[in-house]
Amino acid sequence: MAVVETKSLRKEFGHTMAVDGIDLQTDEGEYLVLLGPSGCGKTTLLRLIAGLEHPSHGDVLIGGQVVTHLPPRARQIAMVFQSYALYPHKTVFANIAFPLAATGMPRDQRPAKVRWAASRLGIDGLLDRRPRQLSGGERQRVALARALVREPQVFLLDEPLSNLDAKLRSSARDELKEFQQRVGITTIYVTHDQVEAMGLGDRIAVLNEGKIQQIGTPDEIYHHPANTFVATFVGSPPMNLLTSDGKLLGFRPEQFLPASAVGERPGQMVFDFAVTRVENLGSDRYVYGHLPGVDPEAKVIAKLPSTVTTPVYVGDRVPFVVSGGDLRYFNQQTGTLTAAGEAEVKP
Amino acid sequence: MTVAQRSAGEITMGPRRERYLLDRERLLGPALMAPAVVYLILVVGYPLVLAFLYAFSDVTTGSQSLHFVGFQTFVAAVKDPVFLTTLRNTFVFTAISQALVVILSTVLAFVLTANFHGRWFVRFLVLLPWTTPVALSAVIWLWMLDSIFSPFDWFAQLLGIVPPGGHIVFLGQSDLAMGSVIALQTWRILPLATVILMAGLSAIPAEVSDAAEVDGAGFWRRLFGITLPLLSPVMTVALLFGIVFTFTDMAAVFVLTGGGPGNATQVLASWAFYKGISGGNLAVGAADALIMFPVLLGLAVILLRIASRAEVS
Amino acid sequence: MAAAQPRTVRGRAAIYLLAIGFAAFSGFPFLWAALTMVRQDSDLYVTTHNPFVLAKPPTLGHVTDLLRNTPYLQFILNNIVIGLATVVITLALSLPAAYALARLSGRWGEKVGIAIFLTYLVPPTLLFLPLSRLITVIGLQDSIWSLVVVYPGFTIPLSTWLLMGFLRSIPRDIEEQAQVDGYSRLEAVVRTVFPLALPGIFTVVVFTFTLTMQDFIYALAFISSSSSMTVSVGVPTVLIRGDVFYWQSLMASAIIVAIPVALLYNVFLGRFIRGFTLGAVKG
Repeated sequence: MAVVETKSLRKEFGHTMAVDGIDLQTDEGEYLVLLGPSGCGKTTLLRLIAGLEHPSHGDVLIGGQVVTHLPPRARQIAMVFQSYALYPHKTVFANIAFPLAATGMPRDQRPAKVRWAASRLGIDGLLDRRPRQLSGGERQRVALARALVREPQVFLLDEPLSNLDAKLRSSARDELKEFQQRVGITTIYVTHDQVEAMGLGDRIAVLNEGKIQQIGTPDEIYHHPANTFVATFVGSPPMNLLTSDGKLLGFRPEQFLPASAVGERPGQMVFDFAVTRVENLGSDRYVYGHLPGVDPEAKVIAKLPSTVTTPVYVGDRVPFVVSGGDLRYFNQQTGTLTAAGEAEVKP
Repeated sequence: MTVAQRSAGEITMGPRRERYLLDRERLLGPALMAPAVVYLILVVGYPLVLAFLYAFSDVTTGSQSLHFVGFQTFVAAVKDPVFLTTLRNTFVFTAISQALVVILSTVLAFVLTANFHGRWFVRFLVLLPWTTPVALSAVIWLWMLDSIFSPFDWFAQLLGIVPPGGHIVFLGQSDLAMGSVIALQTWRILPLATVILMAGLSAIPAEVSDAAEVDGAGFWRRLFGITLPLLSPVMTVALLFGIVFTFTDMAAVFVLTGGGPGNATQVLASWAFYKGISGGNLAVGAADALIMFPVLLGLAVILLRIASRAEVS
Repeated sequence: MAAAQPRTVRGRAAIYLLAIGFAAFSGFPFLWAALTMVRQDSDLYVTTHNPFVLAKPPTLGHVTDLLRNTPYLQFILNNIVIGLATVVITLALSLPAAYALARLSGRWGEKVGIAIFLTYLVPPTLLFLPLSRLITVIGLQDSIWSLVVVYPGFTIPLSTWLLMGFLRSIPRDIEEQAQVDGYSRLEAVVRTVFPLALPGIFTVVVFTFTLTMQDFIYALAFISSSSSMTVSVGVPTVLIRGDVFYWQSLMASAIIVAIPVALLYNVFLGRFIRGFTLGAVKG
């Protein structure tokens, strides 16, 4: 049974359709990421599921029951905001206990529950502190403990890592994933950061302009993008797209390698690559240029790992190859995927 | 399965509760504002309407009912020999005092934003004129400008302006009385305008001034080219507030000079009081007070324009 | 703008000179009042010597005279009662309105908000005539409660504006978190927003209270018995008996009120300024 389901969900703000007909089902216990650029509707969708916004059309179901017209407190959900929204005037203990008080749990039962949640997040020692005395990572853990303490059906997380500085972000990401796997509660997570999405999600729903562009595992999203939006949004640097024969041809920068490094293979497509710039980033080299023979307008990037030592210089014209199986074809008008290349395709 | 049961129970109640909640959400805003709005309508709106009615009637404190008399009351009010003097005095009083306030408060706002020893104490002294109830500070001025015992007489004698044993009759000579009232009002309004300007100054980001400095602008150029222009919306607000207060103020005149000598310092507001309360002629009093209204309305419109421009930016 | 640090000697000298000048301009009348307050009679009505030097030793006799033999303390008591009552009414009405404006305003909501602020510009000198008649009709003439009814007319607009600014500065997240955590909207606001708004509320209380002390015209128009008078009205009317002016007591009556209020404002000035800027900045 899907824990969270939306049916034809629509939300209008004035003349803008923020969420435009979204059908979603989560699997039990999964970590579903809603990924997209700002303004794509992902946060609105999350808030609709939480009950903080009322849909213009459609339904939200949680645990099999229609909750569309229920207020947040009746939906058995827990939410963590981007700012963590810790109550500044309360101690950590009181913050975590707050949801318990709301359900009417007798006062003497609360400390046990609070300590249980706190220990699952390793913040037992912080219970007497106040939010302003905590570091960013500690605050996240308090917010998670507060979310956990109600044992909700689903966790809703709204970009909780964006306020942390870069260094902290990856360890916090680690902790989050590990926490969710331990606890096993279905989680819906909103972010605009595709690295985060790929690292955390069991499945990723890529959104743009209020619609789901594609839902799939990170592997599916990355290697079999449903359209050019997904193809260029996920992956850094983005997929190279060329116009060729009235079609859009795409391949990823790390799949674009010097012919001399790869050697000749059946099904390869060979390109004459005119190099305009080389960036050496240590672990990778980014080679920028264009393909005069195919699509002189397109800017093309190749991502060479440091293990590929072929010398490449600005001004060179070097043969680069893409394996046939890595090629993707998209419809030039709609952007949808039309064909995936196969290893034996002749160029 | 308790989850499903609980949810099922809530579902049957759900739509009704939510409809209640949803309605409440949309009605919540108006419902919360309603008490304040109603109160203001009763205590401000309704009397305002009445003031208009009075001015077009012949009601006195003894009247039992309202008789509509068209513009008669206004004509009577305007034809009163004192009226024109009152009108002129009001404009002079307001224009001079507020012009002074604008200039002085701008300087003072800059001074008080700077850091220096004793700033707290200076701020305290500067606030005194505004925080003291006007009637009381007017009494202080009454004594300070006494025709016999004023300390300024002593200064004046020292400086030779006045022969030894001579006195300046501040409140007894028309021009000096007007000057005294203007001085009192300027002295009173200065702190208010200054605080408003200080708020405006605090909203100007330091980077703007720093950037100008890096660009090579000296103190005066920064001041006149950057800071003052950025401050001018706030200055306009402070000026308009000051004008509204002063144009409609009666306390300073009432306590300090009583409108005298003769009617040399009478202003519209104090005149309305004399006519309406002391004289018992509510209609004429209202008419006199209402003459202020077009000016106020114009100022309100200007203030609104500034406010909406500020919102857009 | 950060506090400017004038860097040149000339700059600093200018600041100090100006500061002293303004301090003298603002404070001189109070200095004079304070001197007068402690002067003996025989030293007061003298014009021959330097008035800034006390020829006879200072006395507090006039102050005690004021406190014991005049209705002054009654006036102050009246002010306190009126002030507190007005604060209660004002908070009860403006707090919800401010919340609505800070959180729930649609386009027309903003218009109502502006209308509320505009009522502050309607001058008492225009309203006092019809109001004095209305007060008589209700039967509150010559009672301090007439003022309690009328004062919120100008304290509510200002309080609403200030409170709106303070409430806007509290992040919306916190309310929504409380709703998700299990509270209804009303409960969420009461439990999270109000505790955080307390400093702002306190500031508004101080501001409103002192505002009620400022009024002159309403008190003058509505009240005639000295037992119901406020300080503003009582001092110029009752303490000035005919042509006889008890100047020392009069000065004392002014100083006693002026100093604490100014001190209070000075302490809260930072908060007021923040309140003004918050109220002015669109959220």
